[in-house]
Amino acid sequence: MSMAARTQFHVLAVDDSLIDRMLIERLLKTSSFHVTVVDSGSKALEFLGLNENKKIRAETPSAASETHQVVEVNLIMTDYCMPGMTGYDLLRKIKESKSLKDIPVVIMSSENVPSRINRCLEEGAEEFFLKPVQQADLNKLKPHLMKGRVKEEEQVIEPINNKRKGMEESHSPEKTRAKI
Amino acid sequence: MTMDVMQLQRKFSEHQSALYREGFLDDQFVQLQKLQDESSPDFVIEVVTMYFDDSENLLNNMARVLEQNPVDFKQVDAHVHQYKGSSASIGAARVKNLCAPFRTYCEAQNLEGCVRCLQQLQHEYSLLKNNLQYLFRLQQEIQAAGGKVPTPE
Repeated sequence: MSMAARTQFHVLAVDDSLIDRMLIERLLKTSSFHVTVVDSGSKALEFLGLNENKKIRAETPSAASETHQVVEVNLIMTDYCMPGMTGYDLLRKIKESKSLKDIPVVIMSSENVPSRINRCLEEGAEEFFLKPVQQADLNKLKPHLMKGRVKEEEQVIEPINNKRKGMEESHSPEKTRAKI
Repeated sequence: MTMDVMQLQRKFSEHQSALYREGFLDDQFVQLQKLQDESSPDFVIEVVTMYFDDSENLLNNMARVLEQNPVDFKQVDAHVHQYKGSSASIGAARVKNLCAPFRTYCEAQNLEGCVRCLQQLQHEYSLLKNNLQYLFRLQQEIQAAGGKVPTPE
């Protein structure tokens, strides 16, 4: 399976500010991401197929309380300060979900509050971006996305030629398979 | 390309430079312009138009809350916080910079200080709006004449 045949990375962006939604969508699209933008944490969870109140798309009859993830999302970028469910709340819910916990989450905030940043990173956020988010910030996302891709490909049993994938420096050529 | 288009482009560049020089706009506005291309030729105007609507809404809300008795300073602060964010997002530097002292007055529950800040904010916003609308008029004239809109250096 060559890299060229791969579909684009799909990013789910969450922000209650209309202007910031326009910005992040444009920024991501110019960086060749496929983008979905929503204006709240609850809408994000709904999109991800995690509905707290009822099952919407149960793939298999089972005792599981979560619905099976239908749409593939490779990265979630969420604003921190949102009414109702904050970005931090959303992060926690994602990390608590069996089906969603491996999706990298990035938090965005207009305020530089170290305790806030630490709390998010400790809860499992991959990155914390100060707003306004810029192209340079998006460049930091590649390693997190590639990591996700490696995990996905491990689930398909086939030989992988790492040189072809052009992995980042953090993945050494000897390390052909990351641990799940 | 006609002389007219070149003159328009020069006017545009000069006005744009002035806005940066005088601190109305900062680097974030440059980032916005970089995001505009053939596939999204009106991106900047769209975002800024959104910002104008948002601004007027927020400024009206602030005024309304400051007129109440008693004043809910937390509400005012919430509006200012939001305004600071959207102003930063589009690179409206002068407007953004007025928000921090405004928030300080909110925290101190200083009504006079808040009212003064609001007036400054309204004034600054008005200046910015006029300046940007002029810039956009030039942009549209350049585009209508088939010319390319100068990007900042």
